[in-house]
Formats: sequence, C-alpha cells, structure tokens
Amino acid sequence: MKFLNYFRGETFARGIHPPQHKETATMPIRRLPFASQLIVHLSQQVGRPAKPLVRVGQEVLRGQPIAAADGFVSVPHHAPVSGVVEAIRLHPTANGPWSEAIIIRAHPGSTQEVLWQQPQYLPALDADELIEAVQDTGIVGLGGGVFPTHAKLKVPKEWPVDTLVVNGCECEPYLTSDHRIMVEKPADIIAGIGIVRQLLGGPRAIIGIEDNKMDAVEAIRACLPDDGTISVEAVPTKYPQGAGEMLIKTLVGREVPPDSRSYQIGAYVQNVVTLAQMGALMPRGLGFIERVITVVGTAVEKPGNYLVPIGTPLRFLLDCVGARDEFLEVVFGGPMMGQAVASLDTPITKGVSGILVFRGREVAERTMRKTYPCIKCGECVESCPMGLNPSALGMLAAKRQYELMSERYFLGTCFECGSCSYVCPANIPLVQQFRVAKRILREKAA
Amino acid sequence: MSTPLLEIISAPHLKGSRSVEMIMRHVVWSLLPICAFYVLQYGISALASIIVVTATCLYAERAFVRTGTQAGNLGDYSAVITGLLLALTLPPGFPLWMGAVAGLVAIALGKALFGGIGFNVFNPALVGRAFVQAAFPTSIATYTPSFLGGRFTEFIPSSLAWPLMTPADAALWLKLKNLDALAGATPLAKWKFDGVVANAVELLTSLSGHMAVGPAPALVLLCGLYLAARRFMDWRIPIAILGSAALTAWLLYAIDPSRYPNPFFMLFSGGLILGAVYMATDMVTSPVTPAGMWVYGALIGLLTVVIRYYSGLPEGVMYAILIANAASPLIEKVTQPVTFGRGVPGRSREGTPGYVSRTDANAAIPKKRFLRNKPKK
Repeated sequence: MKFLNYFRGETFARGIHPPQHKETATMPIRRLPFASQLIVHLSQQVGRPAKPLVRVGQEVLRGQPIAAADGFVSVPHHAPVSGVVEAIRLHPTANGPWSEAIIIRAHPGSTQEVLWQQPQYLPALDADELIEAVQDTGIVGLGGGVFPTHAKLKVPKEWPVDTLVVNGCECEPYLTSDHRIMVEKPADIIAGIGIVRQLLGGPRAIIGIEDNKMDAVEAIRACLPDDGTISVEAVPTKYPQGAGEMLIKTLVGREVPPDSRSYQIGAYVQNVVTLAQMGALMPRGLGFIERVITVVGTAVEKPGNYLVPIGTPLRFLLDCVGARDEFLEVVFGGPMMGQAVASLDTPITKGVSGILVFRGREVAERTMRKTYPCIKCGECVESCPMGLNPSALGMLAAKRQYELMSERYFLGTCFECGSCSYVCPANIPLVQQFRVAKRILREKAA
Repeated sequence: MSTPLLEIISAPHLKGSRSVEMIMRHVVWSLLPICAFYVLQYGISALASIIVVTATCLYAERAFVRTGTQAGNLGDYSAVITGLLLALTLPPGFPLWMGAVAGLVAIALGKALFGGIGFNVFNPALVGRAFVQAAFPTSIATYTPSFLGGRFTEFIPSSLAWPLMTPADAALWLKLKNLDALAGATPLAKWKFDGVVANAVELLTSLSGHMAVGPAPALVLLCGLYLAARRFMDWRIPIAILGSAALTAWLLYAIDPSRYPNPFFMLFSGGLILGAVYMATDMVTSPVTPAGMWVYGALIGLLTVVIRYYSGLPEGVMYAILIANAASPLIEKVTQPVTFGRGVPGRSREGTPGYVSRTDANAAIPKKRFLRNKPKK
C-alpha cells in the first residue's frame, strides 16, 4: 500500500483544497490597546466553570488570578488588565446563551507589564506538580478545542506515548496567528515541547506544518535542539490537515479508532500555540491573559495578527481594526468550523484564534444560492476525511432518521469539518443538518 | 458609529464555487461538439431531430415545474442534457413526432414522476428511448447511412412523417439513391444478423462514409475527457464500463474467435462509448460511493456484452444501464466507504484499564444551560 501514498502525497485520504486567503501571513504580531472594559467569562473552557476569587469593587492587577478552577476538568482565569471589578454577572457568549462573567473596568493608562508572577524551576517538578503548574496558567486547547490542557496531559500510565505530534498546520483558510507565532516565537514552542515531553516520559516530537508555511518550518528548524528528539515536517496543504486525527495519520501513519483517544495508539497531539504559551508562561508562573488573533475579512480595513487581551469586547476590537458596514458576519475561529457571533458585546475568549468579518452583502450572495435536492454527485463522499457518506447522511437527516444515521452511517465519527458543505454543488447545508442530528441524538440519550 | 446588524450563519462560512447549474452547463457545452458532428454526419434531419427532442423536453420540464411541486427549473440545464442525449441516441431519420413523444416520456415518466431533479431512479433520456423502442420498434431500428449526398438540403423522408402515420420506407429511399438496403443497418445489426464485423478504427472515427452509426466514439471520448478533467463527471464509471466490456468481450473472443467479434469492435460499435461517457455517468442515477461506481460500471459493461451476444437485440447498452440504474441503490448500500479508524484491525480498546470512550467523556461534561431547561419528552 506504500505506493498509494505516492499519489496521496503521504497524507490522509480525501479532504479539500479551499482557497487559502493567507494574506496576513507576512504581518508581524501587533499589540492591541486595552478596552475600557474587559469581560472574563468564567466558562471559557470545556468542563466546569471557574469559581470567582474576587468581589465587586476589588482592585485587580494584570496577571492576578481572579477565578479558581472548580475541580480537575476546569481552569483558573487571570485578570487581563489592572483595574476594578465592576460586576460579576451574566454576559453574552459567542454561541448565544449568556453565562457568568467577571467584568473589569480598566484603569486609565494601565501598563502592559504583567505585575503578578510566580517563577518556578520546572525540571525539578514531578508529574503531578507539573500538571498542577499547567493548570495554574489557565491554558486550554488553543486550536479551538478549549479542553483544559492539563487534563489532556494526564495520560493514563497504561498507554505509553511514543510520539508527540505538534499541530502547526493551521489548515483553516484566512487564519495566520499560529503561523506568526511559529515564525516569531520558535523558542517558546521548543520550551513547551520540552515540558510536555518531560510529562509524557520523553517521546519523540514531530512538528507538522503545512507546506504553505515554509518560513515557519525554517524558523523552527533553526531552533531545534541537537539531540534529534524533535523534528519538523512539512505536510501537504490540505484541509482538514490540522485535525488531530488527520495529522497523526499523516505524520505517524496510524488511524485513531472510533471512540478512542489518540494516546491509545501511542500518539499525543498538542496545538503549537498551546505549547508556545506553555513555554512562555510556565517558567515565570504567569497566567494566560492574552493571545494572538488573526483579524481578517473583506470588511476589515486593517487586517493583521493582533495580540489581544482575553476579555476584549468584540465591538472595541472591530473599532480598532476599522470594520464597519451596515450588515456584518463576524466569525470566531476559522471560516470552515468557526462560530458566527450573535452579539458585538461578546468578549474574546481563550479559544478564539481568529476573527473573520465579512460584509453582509457577500454573505447574502453565498447563502441565497438556490438549494437543490441531492444530485448524488459524490463530491461530499470524496471530500469527507473521515470516510463517511454525507450524501446518505443528509438524505436521512431530511427524513429525520437520526438513529439510522448514527448506527448505520457512523454519524458520531463526524467532527464537523465542513468539507462536505463546502463542496456540495446542490448547496445542501450538510454539516448543519449533522449538528442538529447529533444534538437531538444526545438529548434523546440523556 | 451605528451598530451593525449581525448575520448568524452555521459554519462553514466558505462555499465552493461549483453548483448544480455550473456542472450541468458544462455537460451541455461538452455535448455541443458531439451534436455538431452528428449534424455533419446526417444533415438537417439530425438537426431537426435534436431541436425537436430538446424543445419537447424543455416544454415538458416547464409544464411539470409549473404545475407540480418538483424541485429544480429550466435554469439548471438538466432537461437540456436529457433532450440532447435522447436525440443523439435516436436514429437520425427518426420521425420527428416520435422524437417529441420520446422527449415527453423522458421528462414525464423518467423524471417528473419521481419528483424532478435528484429523485429520478432511471436515466430520463434512456427511459424515453426505451419507451419509443417498445412503441415504435421498426422506426427505431431504421438507420440511414452517414455522409449521404444532399443531406443538408433534403430531409430523410421518414423524419417528416405525420403524427400517427407510418413513416416513409427508408429502404426504398436508399434504393433511389443507389445504395443497397444493407447500408442502412447499423454495424451491430450487420454483425448480429449477417456476421459482418466492421473495422474498429473506422468505427472509432466514424469519418468513412455511409456507415449507419451514431456520433463518433473518438469525439465522445474527447469530450468526456474534458468533463472528467474538470471533474464534472466521474472518471471511474466510464473506465469501469469500458474495462469490463473489453475484458468480457476479449475473454469470449479468446475462447472462440470465429463466433465472437474482436473486443475493439465491441467497444466502438453501437452506443457503448456514448452510454459509458454520458448516460451511465448521470450523477443522480449512479452510486455516490467510489467503490460503488466501479461495481456499477463493471455491471454495465458485463451486461452490455451479454445482451449483445446472447439476446435477440443487436444493441444492449440502454438496457444494461437501466438495469444498473435500478441496482444502484443496492450497490451503494453494500459499498459504503470505510470510515476512518474502522479499516485498520485495531486492538479492542473496550474493557482495558484506563479506557475512556468518547461517549463517557461527553457524558461527564455538564450540559449547557439552555439544554437543561428544555422539557423532557
């Protein structure tokens, strides 16, 4: 079967090639000013919401913990700016429902310097202490998964991990924040890889970067340690190369069986930005309070890669980059899997890697296209990286045969990459149907 | 600054440029050179036949779109494809009124009855052709030779037959042109009934005069190549059909060369190339799964050769494709793609210590607020 890889270009099967739009790839990271009011949601992560540590009216320092983790699958949050806690109340989130948030009024002229830190010597820590140290930074999966990183790092002893796969693919169109971090902060990434390798018992590490980012490959190669434990590989540019399972398949050649974790096949995936943040924050014991976000889109006057404090309201950010139109579509994340935001009061959360702003007119052109019945062209089948049959799934969804979808056609395997919806010439909203079907099945099971 | 209104749309926020109209339009464009060559071969009779059949299909489509609730409209070009393909499969001297019947039946029984574009089980053009083959067996078997003199000034007399009247005898007309009646038989019929095997290269180009054949297979293949290269057609189906037909024909030829013709004759005669490239690849009636396409194509190739050799009919492509159309849901069911992670013979993870299935992990995560508030069914 090796010869088949020659045609496939040593990567996963199927997938799509949407236009790249990586115009901001050459723009260096720039800092954004503080908004007058920052909103830190207590639930920016998968798992339990954090518990607030501050009272209304209390003064907080930039970098100070303001909410503590509630249990193991939870992370603390830190003050992104020095100021006064104005309120702790419900506030809109990106996906609609309101949730509890700490609202901080920034002091005028507040410094960018982080005033609160607890330096620590990492090699001296044992595994549990290290995991605790990771939790203290409040880092979550920064590729968009927002699963608490320390919880992911707790790999059961029964499953030895032989390969740490570092995901630097950034396969989503438009987004370039990971790219810029790889170019500008390669040392942080290497340091982060060191920490994870220390925890996992020193597996080899492979950094997978799509071959449209050769400058990032070069930048990281220049920083690699000499012992050969870390290597960098350019992988073919193909969506969704940056999905964990796909990258494992490309780099390690193993497929994660359904309903299993990747460590069960000896591979462990971590996003490159997550590692860069770990490498930058953990030695100094800092909290995770700001991240690089690509702000781009047809409606943005000043696109670029911005270092944005967590909690910056979207309205302020759009004013800064000059995005104005009567109708807008604002997307948190990439164009393929991102979430359209319902309110401009929504703050930036830890999982936002990019903000896309499209003009309403263009959106209308895209969405007003006529929807045909499925003409069974098979484009979706040839795009699905998971080897599903979206055509059949879509027809079953239209008939509301949700049980059949999950039993016969493995709906649960779908990770909603959006490839099928992207290619569908009949303009059927396949992924949307699958999302609805999954939610209904989950509710039925509960 | 006034607050902009936000549009909320489900991901993905990008959309590929291909649409149903675009695919169908390209198929129509690729059919135009074939139609032009067909007109060059047979003159104004062929032109009139193409126009009448396509126009009937379009009118029928329009009527059904307006009266019924069927999806799609004239703008998706699918009725044009049906009309053009149907006209190309009919003899050039086919009476125009019968052509109109074929077009009407193709859209009405082949497509509108099932609910319009995307829902039809059988290829509409072939449904139309099958209907007229049953209704007018003499007319559909009456071919005239190509490249006759005066074909651009004179209709083949049978073309202009009055509705419900017996068309003029083509053999008589050919005799007037000093050609024997055998000139009007298709190469397949000649082989079937008289044992005459035509030259495969002549069949491939169809350029030598006085052959009763359809559009040139070489041209059809070329146009199909364009469609396959632009991915407006799946390349697997034609390859599978031609491969399996060639293999079957070659096997039989190897067993008894005196009884069976050579495989090249099988490939290039009749409507096999047109059927393989344009009819069988109809997206709606072929399986969606790649493995299914191979099976489907192989089935058509095999059936074509079997029907040609062992049935009373000289030509079998149409029935082969219609049978495969009927089988395609079944084929699709048994050829589902291998889901990621299920193909590799993995160790069983269940029951091992430390195993957390995704379902368990999802169950451990607290439900979102608004889901909890929903009333239980």
